[in-house]
Amino acid sequence: MIIAKRKPVAEIVDMVKDYDRVLVLGCSGCVSVCSAGGAREVEIMSSLLRLGCKKAGKELKTVEGTLVRQCDKEFIDSLDDWDGQYDAIVSMACGVGVNFIANLRPMTRVYPAVNTTFMGGSMEQGVWTEQCAGCGNCVLHLTGGLCPVARCAKSLMNGPCGGSVNGHCEINKDIPCIWQEIHDRLGRLNRQDDLLNIAPIRDWSTAGHGGPRTSVRDDLTI
Amino acid sequence: MSFTPNIQAFCCHYTSQQSCTEKGGGLQEDGFPDNITINRLACGGKLQVSSLLEAFENGADGVYVVGCPTDKCHNIMGSQRAAKKVLAVKKALAELEIEPERIEMFHLERGLHPEFITVGKKMAEQIKNLGPCPFNGDFK
Repeated sequence: MIIAKRKPVAEIVDMVKDYDRVLVLGCSGCVSVCSAGGAREVEIMSSLLRLGCKKAGKELKTVEGTLVRQCDKEFIDSLDDWDGQYDAIVSMACGVGVNFIANLRPMTRVYPAVNTTFMGGSMEQGVWTEQCAGCGNCVLHLTGGLCPVARCAKSLMNGPCGGSVNGHCEINKDIPCIWQEIHDRLGRLNRQDDLLNIAPIRDWSTAGHGGPRTSVRDDLTI
Repeated sequence: MSFTPNIQAFCCHYTSQQSCTEKGGGLQEDGFPDNITINRLACGGKLQVSSLLEAFENGADGVYVVGCPTDKCHNIMGSQRAAKKVLAVKKALAELEIEPERIEMFHLERGLHPEFITVGKKMAEQIKNLGPCPFNGDFK
């Protein structure tokens, strides 16, 4: 899922300081699962915005809503339900949601309440780690299912780099060296010989280095 | 000018038992500040961040939570969960440049003990020293 984290409240209060009515809009997708922007966080954010504005001597009226997703046009269309009730939207969705509202609502002011951080998962409650970089050319079949693009600090294709110590990354000693884990895992699976194949210089053109990417499925387009 | 803070206490069923059965009257006789309102919870684990913020929105100058000792919670993790909610609100208050000391967590034995009165007095004093909560000013 996409992982996000709430921005500092004061930053968001500053965004909405010129408005009297704000729609705080959650998303029931990824940000709901990672507890950054679902219905419960909308309730908390609304309260914090009202308090922040109250401290500044200003009354802010908040309307609360949560869409099934903010990354699909049909759900953004349901913003019609709140027409006339707000001056600006504070979106608690990932950056995709904010972009979608901006794309589809040319005259709507929309502000982000979260920082979108990475694609990851939760191995233990309350902790999320990056697992995928969305590089567009998956090599997991060569690396035992562990991603060196997202999980190696240097995104090496032939690792480890030589700087890891006791299985931990030299850039951040709190995270494991993923190349150590790739070697260990392929050894356990009796596939260690796979590591004798040297990966060629990688073509990063699929990784967004050529600008925003588009994916088209002809069988689904109308 | 004298200032009597509005203090909201959130107490789990077990740490607020006697105060509830006596409707709080006995507590005041023992010196429990009468400007503290006790809000009873089934368990600290039930407490939501939004409930604590709502207390501030409704005019509280200070808020505190009382739950079981961390290693003796009737519901195992309830008071630890409550403590984390309090920490989340402390962090949010700091982000808004409000004194985080306006909210506190206490872990006390079940039933009525002198400590329940002591922490009440401590909070009453602490919040009085901080003065009125900046959330409670007038709108411009």
